[in-house]
Amino acid sequence: MSAPLGSGLSLAYVARNLIARKLTTLLTAAGMALVVFVFATVLMMAEGLRQTLGGTGSYNNLVIIRQGSQTEVQSTITREQANMVESLPGLASGAGGQARITREVLVLVNMPRKDGKGLANVVVRGTTPVGIEMRPQVKITAGSLFRPGSSEVVVGSAMARGKVGLKIGDRLSFGLREWTVVGVFDAGGSGFDSEIWGDSEQMMQAFRRQAYSSLVVGLRDAGSYALFDEALQRQPQLKLDTKREVQFYADQSENLANFISILGQTITIIFSLGAIIGAMITMYASVANRTREIGTLRALGFRRGNIVMAFLQEAMLLGLVAGVFGLIAAAFMQRVEISTTNVQTFSEVVFRLILTPGIVVEVLLFSVLMGVLGGVLPAVRASRLEIVDALRSV
Amino acid sequence: MLYGYVLKLARKNMLRHRLRTGLTLAGIAIAIVSFGLLRTVVDSWYAGAELGSSGRLITRSEASLSFPLPATYSERIRKVPGVRSVTFANWFGGIYIDEKNFFAQFAVDAQSYFDLYPEFRVAPAELADFKRDRRGAIVGRKLAKKYGWKVGDQVPLRGTIYPGNWSFTIRGIYQGADDKTDENQFLMHWHYVNETIKALLPSLADKVGVFIVDIRDPAQAAAVSAAIDSSFKNSLAETRTETQKAFQLGFIAMVDTILLAIQTVAYVVVLIIMAVMANTMAMAARERMREYATLKALGFSDGFVSLLIFGESLALSLAGGLLGILLTFPAAASFFRATRDLFVVFEVRPETVLLQLGSAVLIGLCAALAPALNSRRIRIVDGLRAVT
Repeated sequence: MSAPLGSGLSLAYVARNLIARKLTTLLTAAGMALVVFVFATVLMMAEGLRQTLGGTGSYNNLVIIRQGSQTEVQSTITREQANMVESLPGLASGAGGQARITREVLVLVNMPRKDGKGLANVVVRGTTPVGIEMRPQVKITAGSLFRPGSSEVVVGSAMARGKVGLKIGDRLSFGLREWTVVGVFDAGGSGFDSEIWGDSEQMMQAFRRQAYSSLVVGLRDAGSYALFDEALQRQPQLKLDTKREVQFYADQSENLANFISILGQTITIIFSLGAIIGAMITMYASVANRTREIGTLRALGFRRGNIVMAFLQEAMLLGLVAGVFGLIAAAFMQRVEISTTNVQTFSEVVFRLILTPGIVVEVLLFSVLMGVLGGVLPAVRASRLEIVDALRSV
Repeated sequence: MLYGYVLKLARKNMLRHRLRTGLTLAGIAIAIVSFGLLRTVVDSWYAGAELGSSGRLITRSEASLSFPLPATYSERIRKVPGVRSVTFANWFGGIYIDEKNFFAQFAVDAQSYFDLYPEFRVAPAELADFKRDRRGAIVGRKLAKKYGWKVGDQVPLRGTIYPGNWSFTIRGIYQGADDKTDENQFLMHWHYVNETIKALLPSLADKVGVFIVDIRDPAQAAAVSAAIDSSFKNSLAETRTETQKAFQLGFIAMVDTILLAIQTVAYVVVLIIMAVMANTMAMAARERMREYATLKALGFSDGFVSLLIFGESLALSLAGGLLGILLTFPAAASFFRATRDLFVVFEVRPETVLLQLGSAVLIGLCAALAPALNSRRIRIVDGLRAVT
C-alpha cells in the first residue's frame, strides 16, 4: 500500500515541532551555536592571516634573497650581486630608462607593546623611491612620506593602530639614531601595514651593514619571469632565490595559518561532541514525547522512511538555526584585530578576522552535520516503533 | 537526614532516563576533560619559562635578537663585578632534510658551555670527544631518539642563516638532570661555524647571538644586568640583559594572543555544556511537574522541591565532572606523547583540577536554576493539570 502523501511529512510540521518546545530548542541551539561560533572564528582567523600576507606585494614583482635564507631578515645580498641582477634581461624600466629594482634592508627592531606585555619585533624596511612606486597599493594617509637621505620614517597603519601604537611625531631610537615618524601609510590591509619604512641607504649606515637584505625587481610583463629566471640561473655564482612577491609573503604565513587551523579544528571537533550529545538528548526527548503521535502517523499510512526523514529534518533544522546564530555572532568578530608574532619570520604581524562566503558555506554544512549526527539514532528509534505499541503508550 | 533522603531521590530520578543521563554524563565528562587539557596547554607553555637556573643572565642586542653582538664582548662581560663566568651561543637555524624537521640548533662555545649548563649531563668521555672534534655535535636524548641518531652518526644540515650544506658528527648525547630539562637541542662548535663563515660571508663572522652569564649571587641579578648594559651604553651594539626566566617569558609574550584565545575557548566549552545540561534538567523538570505539584499538595515546602531539583542536577554534574577529572590524567599523558616536541613539561596542575571541579558545580547550579524557579512559581492546581 502506498502512503497517502507521497512526498512525506511537510516541513511546516517539522518546524512546528521545534517551536512547540521553545526552551529545549533554544538551549540545544545555543550550545551548538557556541561550537559553530568557535569553528567560524578559527577559520576566519586563518583566512585573515592568509589574506593579509597573501595580499602583500604585486604579482609582477619578484623578491630576490640569498639562496636558502628563506626570510628577508636572514638574507644578505652584496652590492656586486645587486649590480649584476640589475643588468639581467626581462626587467621593466623606470622613467629614467634604468631597470625597476629596489635594494632593500630589513631589520627587526624591538618596540614596547602598549599593553606593557613584552616587546614586539617590528619589521623596519629600508626602501627607495622606486620601491614605493613598485607597491602601488601603498598610500600615505596622514603626514608625508619620508624624505630620501633623512632620518625620517613612515609607519604602516596597523603599527599606528595596534598594540605598538606609533603616532606622527614619535621619536624612535634604533641603530644609535633617532628616527622621526613623519607619516602613516595604508597598504590595503596587507602585510606591509605591519612594517615601518625608511630610507634604504640611511638604514645601511645606521646598522653598519655592507649588504642588502633583499632585492625587489619589477618584471617587464607577466611573461618575463621565465626569461629573467633563466638568465639568473646562468649565473651560478649569484646563488640567489627568486619568488614572485605575492607568493613570497603568502609562504611566510603558511606555518602560522596551518597551526591556527589545526589547533582550531581539533578543539572544534572535541567541542562538537558535546553539542551533538545535546542535540541527541533533545531529539530522543522529542521522539519520546510524541510516541502516540508517531503511531498515529504510521496508522495513517506514513512509512518508516517518512518518519526517519521528518526527525532528521527536524535535527537538521535545529543545526541550521544554530549555525545561523553562530555565524551572526562570528560576523561581529570581524571587528577584531589580532597582533601576534609570526613564528616563521619572528616578526610582529597584525591581521583582521575575515568572513568569506566559503567559510559561511563550510560552517553551515558543519552545523547541519552536527544536527544530523545528533538526530540519526533518535530518528531510527522513532521509525522502529510498532504502530499498536505506540498508540497504546501513555 | 533530609539531605540523605534528597540524595537517594536524586539517584532514583537520575536512573529514570538512563540514556539521557548517560549522554549528559558523557557530555559533561568531555567538556571537563577538554577544559582541563586546554588549561594545561597554556600552563605548560608558561612552565617552560619557569625552568632554568635563576643565577643565569642572558645578554643580547638592545635592538632585537636578530642583531648579533661582537664576540669580543665576552671578555668585557667577564670583568663586570659579580660575574662568575660567561659563555655564548648562536642560533644556527639549519634545516635537517626537510623544513618540517624543526629543532633548536645552537653554535656554542664548546669549552665553557656545559660548565654553565650543569643540567645538561654528558658523559665525560663524550664531552671530551666533542671538544676535540671541531665538526662534532652534542644532541639531547629526546632528539636523538626521535631521529634514531647514535654517537658517531653524521647529520647533514642545510644552512639558512649560514649558507651552505653542513655536516656534523654526533659525539655525545646529553641527558637532562630532571624531566624538566629541554632534551631537544642540537649543539655544535661556534668556532667551527665561525671560521667556515669567515671565508664566505665576512659580515657574519665573529658575531654571537646571546651571552649566557653566570653570576655569583642570584639576588644581585638586577644590579649585575644593569652593570653589563651600562658598560656597552652608546656603543655600536648596545645590550639588553635579563634573567633567563624573563628572557623566555619574552618569547611567550610574543604569542600571548594565541594563548589568550586558547584560554577563552576553554571557558566557552563550559558554556556549551552548561546549555546541554540545562536542557536535560529543564526536560526532567517539565516531565515531573505533576509530581512536584503532588509533593506540594502533600505539604512539602517549595524549598524541598527546589532542593530535589538542585540535588539531582548537582549529582549529575559532579558525577560527570569527577569522571572528566579522572580521564584528564590519561588524556594529558597521551596528548604529551603526541606532541613531545612542543612541550618540555606537561602536567595537570592542582589549580586546574580545582577549576574543573568548580566548573562542574557551576554547571550543576546553573542548570537547576530555571527549573527550580519554575517549580516555585507554578500553582499546585496547574501543576497537577499539566500535560507533557
